[in-house]
Amino acid sequence: MSFIAKPKVTHPSLPKNELGLTRREYEGAMSTLCAGCGHDSVTAAITEAVWALSIRPEKVVKLSGIGCSSKTTAYFVSGGHGFNSVHGRMPSIATGAIAANKDLYYIGVSGDGDTLSIGFGQFAHAIRRNINMLYIIENNGVYGLTKGQFSASADIGTKAKRGEENVQPPIDPVVAAITLGATFVARSFSGDKEQLVPLIQAGLKHKGFALIDVLSPCVTFNDHEGSTKSYAYVRDRYDEVVDADFVPPAKEITAQYAAGEVLPVTMHDGSRILLRKLDPSYDPTRRGKAYNYIRDRLAQGEYVTGLLYIDQKSPEFHRVNETTDVPINQLPYEALSPGSGGLAKIMGRYR
Amino acid sequence: MLQSAESQDRLNDFVIKLANVNGTGSASANSLLMKSIFRMGIPVMGKNYFPSNIQGLPTWYEIRVTRDGYVARSGRVDIMVAMNAETYAKDLKEVSPGGYLIYDSTWPRPALLKREDITILGIPLARMCNETFQGGRARILLKNIMYAGALAALLDIELDVMRALLGESYGKKQALLDSNIKALEIGYAYAKEHFSCPLPLRVARMDKTSNHIMIDGNTAAALGCLYAGATVGVWYPITPSPSLMDAFKSFCQKWRVDPETGKRNYVIVQAEDELAAIGAVLGASWNGARAFTPTSGPGISLMNEFIGLAYYAEIPAVIFDVQRVGPSTGMPTRTQQCDILLAAYASHGDTRHVLLFPSNPEECFYLSVQAFDLAERLQTPVFVMTDLDIGMNDWMCPTLKWDDNYRPDRGKVLDKEQIEQLERFYRFFDKDGDGIPYRTLPGVHPKGAYFTRGSGHNQYGGYTEDSTEYQIVVDRLKRKFETAKQLVPSAVFESRNSHDIGIVSIGSCDGAVREALDLLERRGVHADYMRVRAFPFGQEVEEFLAQHSLIFVVEQNRDAQFRSLLTLETAVDKAKLRSILHYSGLPMASTVIVDGILAEVGAPGKLKAVSR
Repeated sequence: MSFIAKPKVTHPSLPKNELGLTRREYEGAMSTLCAGCGHDSVTAAITEAVWALSIRPEKVVKLSGIGCSSKTTAYFVSGGHGFNSVHGRMPSIATGAIAANKDLYYIGVSGDGDTLSIGFGQFAHAIRRNINMLYIIENNGVYGLTKGQFSASADIGTKAKRGEENVQPPIDPVVAAITLGATFVARSFSGDKEQLVPLIQAGLKHKGFALIDVLSPCVTFNDHEGSTKSYAYVRDRYDEVVDADFVPPAKEITAQYAAGEVLPVTMHDGSRILLRKLDPSYDPTRRGKAYNYIRDRLAQGEYVTGLLYIDQKSPEFHRVNETTDVPINQLPYEALSPGSGGLAKIMGRYR
Repeated sequence: MLQSAESQDRLNDFVIKLANVNGTGSASANSLLMKSIFRMGIPVMGKNYFPSNIQGLPTWYEIRVTRDGYVARSGRVDIMVAMNAETYAKDLKEVSPGGYLIYDSTWPRPALLKREDITILGIPLARMCNETFQGGRARILLKNIMYAGALAALLDIELDVMRALLGESYGKKQALLDSNIKALEIGYAYAKEHFSCPLPLRVARMDKTSNHIMIDGNTAAALGCLYAGATVGVWYPITPSPSLMDAFKSFCQKWRVDPETGKRNYVIVQAEDELAAIGAVLGASWNGARAFTPTSGPGISLMNEFIGLAYYAEIPAVIFDVQRVGPSTGMPTRTQQCDILLAAYASHGDTRHVLLFPSNPEECFYLSVQAFDLAERLQTPVFVMTDLDIGMNDWMCPTLKWDDNYRPDRGKVLDKEQIEQLERFYRFFDKDGDGIPYRTLPGVHPKGAYFTRGSGHNQYGGYTEDSTEYQIVVDRLKRKFETAKQLVPSAVFESRNSHDIGIVSIGSCDGAVREALDLLERRGVHADYMRVRAFPFGQEVEEFLAQHSLIFVVEQNRDAQFRSLLTLETAVDKAKLRSILHYSGLPMASTVIVDGILAEVGAPGKLKAVSR
């Protein structure tokens, strides 16, 4: 960890978002992760994305489980409530929190240990319910806090720091999410902020469960020769197939694209994602095709990145449940109780 | 036939037990019988002993007609309706001397299965059904209604009351109603023709059930959730708790849906397991909704980790534990009070939880409402400890009432203006000295934001590994538990002016204890009674324990868990406590208590403990 605490002063020249807030006002507590940890880059990207979207800090709810990645929710947007729950069970906390108040932005940060082992069931069911949240996995293939055991995302043949070779096949969260019916699936790399920030923005604006699997190397336990989750390996093997650019509502699209090159996807609030296919054969709106493509490339040892699948039509949790428009934690008691008259009626059935 | 003083004595005071095969539709006939007696103004108790099975295994239903209003089992069987060939021999044995057994005489019984001390009445139910009705399923179902008709004649149950009830059940299905009425009348006519009706054991109209209802505890608890303003229910199906969420759902569909938009003022989530169910309850409560989960023992075992988090991170939650027989899967359709210690100290580390012990459906309603108020006031999980007997059996209760002045106690939640005025918000700081800190909800104000964690934290809400900072918080949690003593519902007492013998009990033992008090008094043994309604124990519990020299602790588990909790959490002298334990899985009968106490105190006059 870095021991230099940043002073909380705001220089007048710092750029401000539409709310008049600077990036500094979206920061959190000082990170206690190892210097150079990929997770800190993800934290920075989240801070940037939330600032750029001009979301009020208190409208952000940060949720996590247990592990290095789960600690990071304390390191961004200190003006929003955080909930560091139990190992792998953040999705259920998120489900309840979202049930209670549908009008906040929910950011879950988890790791491969947290999501793909004990948390795999809850992860799957959060996808199944299509709860409206951004779910980021900081994926490094290793358990850091317990000093370097393989996680469920470790590839066959990858080597641990002390030389042990992994022999079990990995669970790939992107492939799993696509097969489970996730409505927004992306993969990125902690070393590629250019790619990550718009993906986070798009994920926050997506109505439903948005997964971003971020390859985020562990500098202490999994950044050596022979590891398939090291900076060097990932940098070498990641290939962006669909570039996503995020355009807020009312903003003009200024970049010039050749005809047919760009697929604009309009979000519920009028913002747009411009999807630029870098491999023309890829289609991020066809689940089956996307699945086959990602599987094939994975088999060749390549991480396909970008916004890999998007479905804007499937209804999210509250639409499925036909919940009222007012967040239910704000309904007055009068709207909830049938009163003494109602009880007298109900009692008639039990005479 | 003799119309002796003895038979007169049994008017509105006897037990019918019906032995059936699960899945043959007997439940509706049996509840028809019970409800008819209830509608005749006669107090009645009904207990269902059913298997963990959908079809084929034996099931029993016990109806106690109880003019004195005793709500527990009596321990006798005066009339057995033996409809299950498989259990016939056992059922025959169970009839009390002088009683009756009714069986389907379509098939003769082996001559070996006889008893001289009871009267056996054969009714050719299957034959009459086959002669009258078409279709295998209809014949099986209507056989039950037919014996209900025969019992109406034998016991003098008013046929019009039964017809009216059938009309309410099958109102719009005329053909079904017609065949049910027909079956009822055939059974009635057969009994009238072949037996001397009514039997000495019979019913006669009373006026003791007006302003009463028949309701099960799960339904009453669901009503409590509705009236408490609970908006989020999350659950995983586990016997015997699902009917609680089923009832909540149906109440919500009726009372919580906007008639114009069709939108719902509630969210019900059937979770993937109990771990997720409690997780979602915590997420919702943390975010300011009243949330609950109904479950049973195995579910509590699974929820332990989250319960510890809720205790330490101070998140409200209401958990219904409809207890069933353990350990492990145990006997899911049988009743016990076996999760007391599990719930009281659920999760690793130093934890203690608030428990409420309703004794019947009426209390399930009122204590459920209170559970939400306590959970939010104390910012901690609250367990409503019911059991299968309370939860799934229909109990006669006073009609539930509601005070329209009630408003939920949301506890110490700071609103936007209050947060605005703070210099800084400290989540776990004991400003008021009662051990209860202030909390804020997400989305309200950036100054109110804090980080909720199950890891070590200081009183300001920050992460800590500092010994002193850690201890300040856990010591305050202990003080908060002291505060809880003053807020939880106090014990209820029934004094019989004994300074020697006390009976202490909880929950569904209540009916059996109250009847036992009367039975003991007739034997010259006077005992005072305290029914504890909550943990932590209040001062009144300490006082009762101190005042009595011999105390019987009545509960439904093998290991005297409630007694253990009393010895751990009060100053009572362990040597004064005697256990009366019932853990067969069937609801408790008063005889267990009477026998247990008489065995200890002996005949009246022998001990000084025995009253004057």
